Parts: sequence; C-alpha cells; structure tokens
Amino acid sequence: MRRFMNDVTLSLQQAAALVLGADPTLWGVVRLSLQVSGTACLLGAAIGLLLGAALAVARFPGQPLLVGLLNTLLALPSVVVGLLVYLLLSRAGPLGSLGILFTPAAMVLAQTILVVPLVAALARRLVLSALADGGEQLQSLGAGRFTSAALLLLHERFAVLTVVLTAFGRAIAEVGAVMIVGGNIDGVTRVMTTSIALETSKGDLPLALALGLVLLGVVALLNAFIGLLQWRGGAGYPAREALA
Amino acid sequence: MTTPSSRFQAATAAATAAGPASASAPALGSGAENKRPELITLQAADVHFGGTHALRSISLTLHRGDRLMLVGANGSGKTTLLRLLHGLLPPHTAHSRTVQPLLPEHRLPRAAMVFQRPFLLNLSVRFNVMLGLWLHGVAAAERAARCQTALQRVGLASLARQRARALSGGQQQRLALARAWALDPDILFLDEPTASLDPSAKREVEALIQDFADQGVTLVMSTHNLGQAKRLGTRVAYLEAGELVVAREVHDFFSNPDLPERAHQFLNGELPWHT
Repeated sequence: MRRFMNDVTLSLQQAAALVLGADPTLWGVVRLSLQVSGTACLLGAAIGLLLGAALAVARFPGQPLLVGLLNTLLALPSVVVGLLVYLLLSRAGPLGSLGILFTPAAMVLAQTILVVPLVAALARRLVLSALADGGEQLQSLGAGRFTSAALLLLHERFAVLTVVLTAFGRAIAEVGAVMIVGGNIDGVTRVMTTSIALETSKGDLPLALALGLVLLGVVALLNAFIGLLQWRGGAGYPAREALA
Repeated sequence: MTTPSSRFQAATAAATAAGPASASAPALGSGAENKRPELITLQAADVHFGGTHALRSISLTLHRGDRLMLVGANGSGKTTLLRLLHGLLPPHTAHSRTVQPLLPEHRLPRAAMVFQRPFLLNLSVRFNVMLGLWLHGVAAAERAARCQTALQRVGLASLARQRARALSGGQQQRLALARAWALDPDILFLDEPTASLDPSAKREVEALIQDFADQGVTLVMSTHNLGQAKRLGTRVAYLEAGELVVAREVHDFFSNPDLPERAHQFLNGELPWHT
C-alpha cells in the first residue's frame, strides 16, 4: 500500500511538473485534442441542432421511427463509430478515395458522427418543451413551424450552449473512435485519450496522469463555463428541466 | 402548422365553396348590430382533442366592431373557442370557420392574440415587439417606429432594452398588448388577460383593452370576471361543457330574466354539477 502511495505521489509530482513546465509533447497532444474535438463539436452541433429542431416540428410518416432511432443512437459506442468510419474511409471503402484515414480529419468525422445524435436528441426535447410553452403564441404571430423552432432555439440559447458543451465533453473524452480511425500516430493523430491509453500500457504513468489532469481540467472548465452562462442568462431552470 | 393568416385565406377559399356566411348562425345581438359586416362565422363547429369533445356544434358570427365576451366555468371551452376563431387549431377544424374580407378595405382582417400567460422570448422588450412585426412582414424601415409607438402606448418605452422575462406580470401582459398593438390588428383575441394580475395591473391592462376597443378593434375576450365583461363587452356568450348556451347583448345578458336556466345558474354562482 505504501509503495502504491509513493508511486502515485511521485507520478503526480512528475505530472504537475510536466503541466507547469509546459512540456511540448504534452501540450501538442492537448492542442490537437482541442482542435479535433472542437471542430467535431461545431460540425455536430450545426447538424444536430437542425436535425433536432426539424424532428420536433416536422410531421411525416416514419417520424416516430426516426426519433426512436435517434434515441437509440445516444448509446452508440464510440468503438462502433470508429469501426464504421474506418470501413467508410479504408482504401476499399466508399470514401477511401479521400485518403483521410489516420489523419485528424478522419477523427473529426468520427467524433462528429458520435455527437450528432446527442445534440439532435437534446435539441429536439428542448424545442418540444419550449413549443409547449410558446408555440401557439409564435403561431399566432405568424411564425411557421420551422421559424418557430429556430426562434425557440434562440430563446433557449443558454440551454443550447449547454447541449453543445455536453457534446464537446463527450467528444473530447472518447477514446475508441479516434484510436481506430486516427491510429494514435505520434505528432499526427495522438490525442489526450489515446495518449493516456498508450502511456499507461507503456508504464509511463506521469505523462498519463498529466494528460488525465489536463482532461479533467478541461471538463471542469467546461462545467464552470456552463454554470456561469446559466447564471448570467437565468436559464438554468428551464434548461435543466428540458434536458432532464 | 399553418399560420393564422394563411388559414384566413384557406377559410375564405372554403367560404366560396360553401356559399355566403349563413344567416342561420345564432343571432349574437340583434337589429343594427347584426347589420355590421361579418368577420368570422362558425358553422356547427366541433372540436375534439383525442377523446374529449371540447366544442360541440358551435355556430357563431363575429361582426366588425364587436366586443364579444366569452364567459363560463373552467373547461367550458372558452379558450378552445378563441383558438378556433383565431385559426390556431389544426386544419381539420377550418371547414367550419369562414373569414370574410374587410370592407371597404378588401383585405383579410389582421388578427392578434394575447394569452393568459404571455409567452415572451428570452430577449429584450424591444426585440419581442419587433419580432411580431418581422413575422408579419412589416418593412424594416417601419418596424422601429411602430415598436416605439406601441411601447409608449403601454408605458414600457423606458424599459425597451430590458430583458422581457425580467418584467413583472403586469408589465409582461402590457408588453404582450404592445406586441399586439404594433401589429395594428383588426381583431384582438384575449384569453383571460387579467386572470393572474394584481388589482392595479388588472386596471392598467383593462384600460389598454378599452383603448383597443375605442380604436374600433374587434375584441373577443374570455374572462371569469363578470364585471369586466359588463365594462368591456357589447355582447356576452356563455359556454358550458363545450356548448354555446346563449349569446346576447350585454344588457340583455345581465338583466333579462328570460335567460336559459343554465346561464342563470352561472350568473347566480351555482355550480352546474350541484343541480
């Protein structure tokens, strides 16, 4: 037990030194993680918000089936997304000609696919909840269904931001998809989660711990940012209610 | 979802097929009042929500300049009737509703609705008024002036940049009225607009509604306050369990002993399920 504690303490000290000493390897990995997950989150948010809002107001045959599918995809394992994107982008796959497998672009694609169902499902619930509150008023003012949905997303913008940041949290914390389509290539596709997995298997606990600390720090910052936005916008209550 | 204005057009188209508005719709008022141009006619309108029969065979004609007060117990169908008249109910109900063009303007009437609990976007007071104008296709150059006039009218011009949701209940209802006012409506639907307000806010809102009436806007308002119905209305319609029991001129409704028994019981404060 004492040895374990010593190891952990030593690793934490070394990890803190890496973080505070601005270790270039560490920060290179962190930068790529933020770039990949940030881009995926923005793309996923754009697609997911449109899809969610449309599913909230559109009426067409098979819509309940699509909503059911979307909700099922919320539990989509990241390794499955990785596998599907790998098959799509591999040389024999339909998108093989793009030649982006084992590049950050492939990782962005995989993470985008991963977060779209999350953003869409939460946005749909958000719009439905807001529609129950103000749908008739907007209709009375002359707004069509899609205009109403867009206005209600604007109305619930703080909650929408929470959804987007939740999606970012999901993207930056996943390891399966980026490992498969990125290949964890040093300096090219190595991100925080894949690095942690690799360094742990190599026994380099200080670097793994340092990356873990940064990852936790990023998530903590996100949470603080969400809290601040909700406090400033006074939107915490409806947002939580809609997302519950 | 179809916008109310497009429903007006759809309804008018339906009217062409159905012929002119029926004279058999129950007389709401009599004599000179019925000679006023018809705006909206309902013919044996039925509304179902799932298994609930919300409105039963309602026939009613709204004339230009009417101030029709809808009274009745909770669940009697007042709000559903307002929504039906405004065109907010699903399209399958439109077949029973006819909207006539205004004369001599030769255009369809503009309508606005103020709800019991006004829905305001989580944006500024000004934006909430501008939104209605934008949705109604008012030219950008005109919007700012109309918004300013409407806010001044309800005494909220100094709060234009404040967050709408930070206003008090009475101010929010005044903002809802300003939003309606800016649209320059011919018909204003009001769903218990003073129900959750304190007496002072209630007076302010009532005065603004009176302003609308004085400008010649046709009013249809649901209320539980019979005094308010007397003060603001020219005609009163009593609903019970989705049925239009009686519709009379205000004076007739409140002082004529020849009122149907159910309406009498309501006026006397007797509960229908106790009789």
